[in-house]
Amino acid sequence: MIHQHLIIAPILIPFITGALMLLYDDRQRKAKFWLSLISTCAQLLIAIELVIRAKSGGADGNGSIGFYLLGDWQAPFGIVLVLDRLSALMLVLTALLAIPSLVYASASWSRQGQHYYSLFQFLLVGLNGAFLTGDLFNLFVFFEVLLAASYGLLLHGSGQLRVRAGLHYIAINLAASLLFLIGVSLIYGITGTLNMAHLANMISSLSPEDRPLLHAAVAIMAVAFLVKAGSWPLSFWLSTAYMAAAAPVAAMFAIMTKVGVYAILRLSMLLFGPSAGASTGFGAGMLIILGMATLIFGLVGLLASQGLGRMAAHSVLISSGTVLAVTGFAVAGGGPELLSGALYYMIGSTLATSTLFLLIEPMSREDGGIAAMLALTADAYGIDDADVDEVPDAGLAIPVTMTVLGACFGISLMMLAGLPPLPGFIGKVAIIQQLIGDNGLPPGLNWAFIAMLIISGFATLIGLARIGIQTFWAGEDTAPRVLALEIAPIIALISVLGLMTVKSEVTLRYTQGTAQDLHQTASYAYGVFATPRAADREGAEIQEETQP
Amino acid sequence: MEIILSAAIGILATSGIWLLLRPRSFQVIIGLCLLSYAVNLFIFSMGRLAPGRPPIMPKGGFVDPSNYADPLPQALVLTAIVISFATTALFLVVLIASRGMTGTDHVDGKERSQ
Repeated sequence: MIHQHLIIAPILIPFITGALMLLYDDRQRKAKFWLSLISTCAQLLIAIELVIRAKSGGADGNGSIGFYLLGDWQAPFGIVLVLDRLSALMLVLTALLAIPSLVYASASWSRQGQHYYSLFQFLLVGLNGAFLTGDLFNLFVFFEVLLAASYGLLLHGSGQLRVRAGLHYIAINLAASLLFLIGVSLIYGITGTLNMAHLANMISSLSPEDRPLLHAAVAIMAVAFLVKAGSWPLSFWLSTAYMAAAAPVAAMFAIMTKVGVYAILRLSMLLFGPSAGASTGFGAGMLIILGMATLIFGLVGLLASQGLGRMAAHSVLISSGTVLAVTGFAVAGGGPELLSGALYYMIGSTLATSTLFLLIEPMSREDGGIAAMLALTADAYGIDDADVDEVPDAGLAIPVTMTVLGACFGISLMMLAGLPPLPGFIGKVAIIQQLIGDNGLPPGLNWAFIAMLIISGFATLIGLARIGIQTFWAGEDTAPRVLALEIAPIIALISVLGLMTVKSEVTLRYTQGTAQDLHQTASYAYGVFATPRAADREGAEIQEETQP
Repeated sequence: MEIILSAAIGILATSGIWLLLRPRSFQVIIGLCLLSYAVNLFIFSMGRLAPGRPPIMPKGGFVDPSNYADPLPQALVLTAIVISFATTALFLVVLIASRGMTGTDHVDGKERSQ
């Protein structure tokens, strides 16, 4: 019984925890922290269990995809939750980022404002829900849940810079949500369904008059996703917002762009995959162009930026640009191997950017070095650095700080620049290998993308190494005071990267399976309708029992 | 009726977009409100326009679905209204905070001449 309901647990657990914590005063901070930590760890365990399930047979024996009918309505009338390899992977990634971010925040950030832990849990509700849902309007609702929580988190700690960045961030996301609504309602007007699987079934049999309208609807909706994914030219809000956010919040925001990428990947593969009839490959060219443009924008921005915060924000752009472009290649028929490399790269780069965001504070805590550079940047951009955080009074400081920080920084640099032996290298090699081979796409495009991948790695190396040299070699001798609670999450993220490297074969095999599943939409599109209602299933069991 | 509704949606959306692109934060929030009205009307119209058809069917007996309006877009509109109302309220708070902190209602927190 519990077995089949496990799919909804990643939504319910943070929801209940967050709501429960709202009842208590913020003075109960320690209790709230432990409660959130337990909730997040439970989510990680459940996500791992769901990955195992998605890998082997599925929850209800429906191939490798699990379905959960909310309210026990037969699809397509009710909302379904769908658990396949991709959503399970994203759930694990979310939980892997959430735990370090939470621990880091407990060191000092959670004290800077109210209801930090509740907002954090609500953000997880939105993220997990967006990854699990199989219904377009439900996706909108979960997007709003995660956005509402992210508005609160972005403003956490207050200060002029944050409020201004928050104003832009909220305005652009509200406008994007309205576009999302237009797209969703147009799709409903044309097809009469909002169920993604049902849509995938209907797409090949649309009438020629309706098809352009549906393409327009999906394109309008895609604009909303592209805003979230930070695609150029919809990404100008991103670097300021991410830089303004408190460090643990920015570390969690590293996955927010991936929600947009996930939605685009999921919908393009489902709706415009090989079995879509006349719609096959719709939007592929645009995704490739936008992805590459984002990549260029990210790398130029990274070279131009003077502070680690802005650099980390631009490396988020590089990462999502890469995955967007590869999504375009996959929709155009690039094959599952290519997508598999990109998924692997996405996991690694998300973890590494998150690490960078966590490293900003400990690295800039000393006088001079990066702090001076940041101040210079702040002047240049007209930003008042009003929020100099106080050094926390309690807690355990760790020895040999600079060595540890330097090592962590170096590893995330190597990951983002794509140097061996870390996942960035493995992922990029997997992508490039497929682009060199004969994949049926224009060779000029392939080579242009290969060049961009390598140049972006090189630019990352130059930009980050500059900051690293400033801080670790040219800095003053006085080491900053860094708490164990702050360094532990960074080391945890780095060790996940290490684990991914050591276990790269297992991970790559999983992402390959994911990419293949994404290319074979039939099991997703028809599986939903084959799922029996719980009431029917129980009825059948009772009948079986009564029959001798 | 179709022409009136589409014109209304069009005018609301046009005014909304124009206001959204203005530099004062109050104009932006009014623009977002108008835009969300336009979108809500648009969602509503996706259930097809027909006068005198209730969205709720009576209980029991045979009912002819063609005499009833599609209830789903109406439910979607309701959800969309609630969500955009709540987020606009939140935006209003941030707007006031920004006004208080920067002393100006420009969306960038400073006047262009400065």
